[in-house]
Amino acid sequence: MNQINNEKPAAFCRLTPEAVNSSSLIGVFVAALKREWQLQVRRKGDLINPLVFFALVVVLFPLGVSPTAEILAPVAPGVLWVAALLAVLMSLDALFRPDLQDGSLEQLLVCGYSVAPLSLAKVLVHWLLSCVPLVLLAPLLGIMLYLPWQAQGVLMLSLLLGSLALSLVGAIGAALTTGLGKSGVLMTLLVLPFYMPVLIFGTGAMQAAINGHTALAHLALLAALALVALALSPWAIAAALRIAVSGE
Amino acid sequence: MWNWLKTLYHRLGSPKWFYQITGKWLPWFAMSSLLLLGLGLVLGLAYAPMDYQQGNSFRIMYIHVPAAFLAQSVYMMMAAAGVVLLVWKMKMADVVAQALAPIGAIMTFISLVTGAIWGMPTWGTWWMWDARLTSMLILFFLYLGVMALREALSPQEVAAKACALLAIVGVINIPIIKYSVDWWYTLHQPASIKLTEKPAMPASMYLPLLFMVLGFYALLGWSVLLRARAEVLRREAKSGWVRELLKDK
Amino acid sequence: MRDERLLFDDLSFHLHAGELLQLEGPNGAGKTSLLRLLAGLLPFSEGELFWQGQNINTCRDNFYQSMLFIGHLAGIKAELSPLENLHWFAALEGIKDEALLDKALSQVGLAGYEDQPCHQLSAGQKRRVALARLTITQRSVWLLDEPFTALDKTAVASVENLLIKHSQAGGAVILTSHHALEELPGLKKLTLGEVT
Repeated sequence: MNQINNEKPAAFCRLTPEAVNSSSLIGVFVAALKREWQLQVRRKGDLINPLVFFALVVVLFPLGVSPTAEILAPVAPGVLWVAALLAVLMSLDALFRPDLQDGSLEQLLVCGYSVAPLSLAKVLVHWLLSCVPLVLLAPLLGIMLYLPWQAQGVLMLSLLLGSLALSLVGAIGAALTTGLGKSGVLMTLLVLPFYMPVLIFGTGAMQAAINGHTALAHLALLAALALVALALSPWAIAAALRIAVSGE
Repeated sequence: MWNWLKTLYHRLGSPKWFYQITGKWLPWFAMSSLLLLGLGLVLGLAYAPMDYQQGNSFRIMYIHVPAAFLAQSVYMMMAAAGVVLLVWKMKMADVVAQALAPIGAIMTFISLVTGAIWGMPTWGTWWMWDARLTSMLILFFLYLGVMALREALSPQEVAAKACALLAIVGVINIPIIKYSVDWWYTLHQPASIKLTEKPAMPASMYLPLLFMVLGFYALLGWSVLLRARAEVLRREAKSGWVRELLKDK
Repeated sequence: MRDERLLFDDLSFHLHAGELLQLEGPNGAGKTSLLRLLAGLLPFSEGELFWQGQNINTCRDNFYQSMLFIGHLAGIKAELSPLENLHWFAALEGIKDEALLDKALSQVGLAGYEDQPCHQLSAGQKRRVALARLTITQRSVWLLDEPFTALDKTAVASVENLLIKHSQAGGAVILTSHHALEELPGLKKLTLGEVT
C-alpha cells in the first residue's frame, strides 16, 4: 500500500467529532440530494441515452410513415409523447441496480432514517437530470414534426408534469425488478398500465391547445397525477426496495 | 357466528387445514357451477328472445359479461390477498393470489375475445378502441405483469411480496385508468352507436345472465381451490402430512 | 425460512455492552444470513429480537439509529471520491466537520487519495473507506460481515485494535470473519453448525 506522507498514521483510531448534532430528516434529505446529484452527474452515458433515444424515435417516424405535414402534424402530439414516455422508461430501468450491486442499497435500508424520502431524493435528481433535458429538447423535435406553434408551450409543460409522474411510478417498477439482470421488458410490462392515464392526459392537453381551447383542465389533471405520485410512490418504492434486498 | 368465521380464517391460514377444508368444498363448487352454467347457457342460447337491434349475435353477452365481471373482481381479490400477505403475513394468502392470477388473465382474455366476436356483427370490425375494451386490455397487461414478476423473482418469499405490492399498487390505479380511458374515448369517439347503452332487458334475457354470472363465480371458486390445493401440495411437499397423503394414493 | 430451507433451529443469544461476538461456522452455515437478519435486511418468520429489553418491533427506529452495519459489499459508490462517500455517512450521524473526515481518511491510510474517484482504488482501499466510518461513528452496535476482506496484516491488526477500543468504550460488535481472532480480550464465539 503506497502512502504519500512518510509518517506512520495512528491507524484506525477512534476520532471524536467536535459537535455532533443529531441530524434531522431534512438535513439528511438535503445530503441525499447532494449525493445523488454528484453521482448521477458523473454518469454521462446514462444522461445522454434518453435524449438520443427521444430524438431517434422522432426522426425515424417521418422516415417510416410520411414526410408531409398533412400526415405528421395531426399525430405529432402523440408521437412526441410516446417517444418521450419510452425514453423516460428506458432511463429508469437500472435506477437502483448499481446501488444493489455495490451494497449502498442495503446501507440505505439500515441507515436509521426512513427510506421513502431518501429514495424520493434519488428519483427527483434523476428527473432533473434525465427528464428536464427531454422537455427542453421537445420543442425542437416538435418543429420537425410540424407541430402547431400554439401547442409548443403546452408540450413542454405537459411533458414536465407528466415526466415527473412517469419517473415516480416507473421507479416503483425499477425497484421491484432491481435484482434482475436483463429485466428491461418486465419492467416495461409492469409499468405500462400506469403510464396510460398520463399519456392520455398529456396528449389531450396538446390537442386542446391545437384546437384553440384551454389546456388548463388537462394540465391540472396531469399535475394531480404527479402530486398523487409524489405523495404515494416513495412508500411503494421503499417497500419494493426492502423486498428486493431481502432476496439477496 | 363471528367467532366461527374467525376460526375458519385462522384455520385456512394453515396449509394442512386449508387442504382438508377446501377438499370438502370442491364438489359443491363443481356441482353448482355445472348446474348454473348449464341452466344459464340453455336459457340464454335457446330460450331468450332475440334482441330487436342486434338479432341473435347479442347472445355472446352471456359469456362476455360474466367474464368481464370476473376479470375485474379477481383482480380485487388478488389485491386483497396481497394486503393479507403483507399486513398479516399469512403465507396462504400468497398461495391464493398465485392461483388467482392466471385465472383472472384467462377471464380477461375471454372477455376481450368475446368482445371482439361481439364487435364484428355489431360494429363491422374485430377491434375497436372503445373505453371498455381498452380498459380490459390494460387490465390484461396488469395480469401479465403480475404473472411475469412471479416467474422472474426468486426466492419465493420475495416473489410473493413483490407480486402483492404490484397488485395493490395496480388496484389503486384501476379507477384512474378507467376514468382516463373513458374520458379519452368520449373525446375521440366518432358518431356511432354506443354499446354502453343497455336498454331495459326483459326478465327472460336477464335471468340467464344472472345464472351465467353466478355460474362463472362458482367455476372460479372451483378452479381457484383446485389450483391453490395443488400449490399447497407443491410447497409443503417435504412435510409429513403431504408425504402421508401421497403414500396413500 | 428461506426458499423452503430451515436456516436456524433453536438459536438464542444475548449481547451486552462491551462484548465482541464472533459468528463462526463452515460456509453456508448461515453466518451472513444471521447478521443480515439482525440488521433487519432479512425477514424472519419465527422468533423474537430484543433491543434494550424491548421487542424490536416497538423500537425499530431507535435500534437503527444506534446500529451500524457493514456488509459483505463495501457500500461505497465508485463514482464518488472517498471524501464524498464519507460525507454521506457523516451526514447520517450529524457530523459536519470536514477536517475530521480528512483525518479519518488519513488514519486508514488513504491520505492523498481523498479526492480520487473510488473506482480507481483497489479493493483493499475501498474496504478502508468503508471502515473509515468506524472511526467517526457514534453508534454503539456494530454488525460487520467479513470486515477484514482484502486488508493486509497491519490493517487487520489496526482494525482489531479499533474493535477492542470500541468494546472497551461500551460498544458491542458482532462480526463474521475467517481470520483467527483469538487474541482479542472479551471475545465470545457463536458457532453455527451445518443444517441437515
